[in-house]
Amino acid sequence: MSTLYEPALHINDVNYSMGDVHILKNITGSFPKGKITTLVGPSGAGKTTLLKLCNGLISPTSGDIFIHDKPISSYEPTELRRHVGIALQSAPMIKGTVYHNLALPMELQGRKLAEQDAIAILEDVGLDKLFLHRKTNDLSGGQLQKVSIARTLNNRSEILLLDEITSALDRSSLHEIEELIVKINRKYGTTIIWITHNLEQAMSIGDYTWVLMDGQVIETGESDLLKSPMNEVVRQFVQGGAE
Amino acid sequence: MSYLTLSITLIFVIIPLLLSKTLRLGLEKDTIVATVRSIIQLLAVGYILKFVFESENILYILLMVTLMIAAATHNARKKGKAIEGITWKIAVTLVFVEVLTQSILLGFQIVPPTAQYIISISGMVIGNSMVLSILFLNRFTAEVETHRDETELILSLGGTPKQAIHRQLINAIKASMIPTIESQKTMGLVQLPGMMSGQIIAGADPIQAVQFQLLIIFLLLTTAAVSSVLLGFLSYPSLFNQRMQLLKGKF
Repeated sequence: MSTLYEPALHINDVNYSMGDVHILKNITGSFPKGKITTLVGPSGAGKTTLLKLCNGLISPTSGDIFIHDKPISSYEPTELRRHVGIALQSAPMIKGTVYHNLALPMELQGRKLAEQDAIAILEDVGLDKLFLHRKTNDLSGGQLQKVSIARTLNNRSEILLLDEITSALDRSSLHEIEELIVKINRKYGTTIIWITHNLEQAMSIGDYTWVLMDGQVIETGESDLLKSPMNEVVRQFVQGGAE
Repeated sequence: MSYLTLSITLIFVIIPLLLSKTLRLGLEKDTIVATVRSIIQLLAVGYILKFVFESENILYILLMVTLMIAAATHNARKKGKAIEGITWKIAVTLVFVEVLTQSILLGFQIVPPTAQYIISISGMVIGNSMVLSILFLNRFTAEVETHRDETELILSLGGTPKQAIHRQLINAIKASMIPTIESQKTMGLVQLPGMMSGQIIAGADPIQAVQFQLLIIFLLLTTAAVSSVLLGFLSYPSLFNQRMQLLKGKF
């Protein structure tokens, strides 16, 4: 997969340990530029750790990660994190309104977000402008995820990391978020790396899929691989319905 | 007050002991230890102060202040063990507050440069600064733990450690200063400050006692603000590494 496409992000023999626990083991591979790659695997496989490594929230114990052929350790941490945005499963919000949260990425750079621009961002993720001055405490799970994604997009990230952003949503909100991510991917050419436990979602949305288990990449390829995995362990995982 | 009179005041220790025994509070041992320690410590300090005041030797004054700072640092550091280098950070805070307040007091000749004034006021400043440091560290560690998600969110969006920890830092600084400000609002209405009461009991003019108390109140406001802010800004960088990552397992 990595040889056919220009990689947006390349991982080279990355290991990550916390104390005696070896969370990621010899991870190597590339995420194609402008494509959606889904990460699937059981809980505790190391998927979230891999995303946090890509965003620079943590550093590998050994190995390196490259963007534009430059190791991420050579980027300023703030520059890297604006370039590689992350939206977390819990969609954490700062205290205040939707506007305060949308404006956060720009405020961190000492700039102000114009109200008109904030409305445009909201509309981009399918939320009405009436939401702009609502307290985030009053939003539903799906609305919070949309604000979280919009806030991350506000950094104009080339790579977007999504950590189980639909796992707590109802079916209708789930489809709205899926459509939104595909739209972002098509409209801006954003490279998406998306952790999901929903194998149907991985197959329908993802161009490519990585299967992680016990800190290792077991199988990678086009998302159809989940229909007929070559690896026996992956086949059992898929037949088990992803937990 | 004679030692016989003083021994009668032990009635005030017997009352809580009886209550603890009757209600099975289990505080008898702690109450006895606290009583014995306070008797020994205060009598020892009394004799030391008597010697230092009579000698008026600057070295003894410095030694006394140094001992106060060392004891206060040792006590406060227990609350911030998770923060790397907390001992020297507290010591720097206490030294800075002491130097700042004494410089103003002596520089403007608000109090005479005698052991009697320097040591007594230093005790109040360092003691207050120690309590403020403990309050700040307690609140700060709790804030960081509670709002870990928010800190990581701001870092993940490209914020600096200072931006990521700003809210928690400000909350902790405010929370540690509130008791000082609130107690000063009711000063004279709800409570008569210990120092002022002591002076009045010793026969001083109440107006003179109030003037000195006001001086101490203003002094303690500065002590509270400077201690919290300085310790806060010295402490927060230890929570992050050079790659601007929130260190795990700190709290």
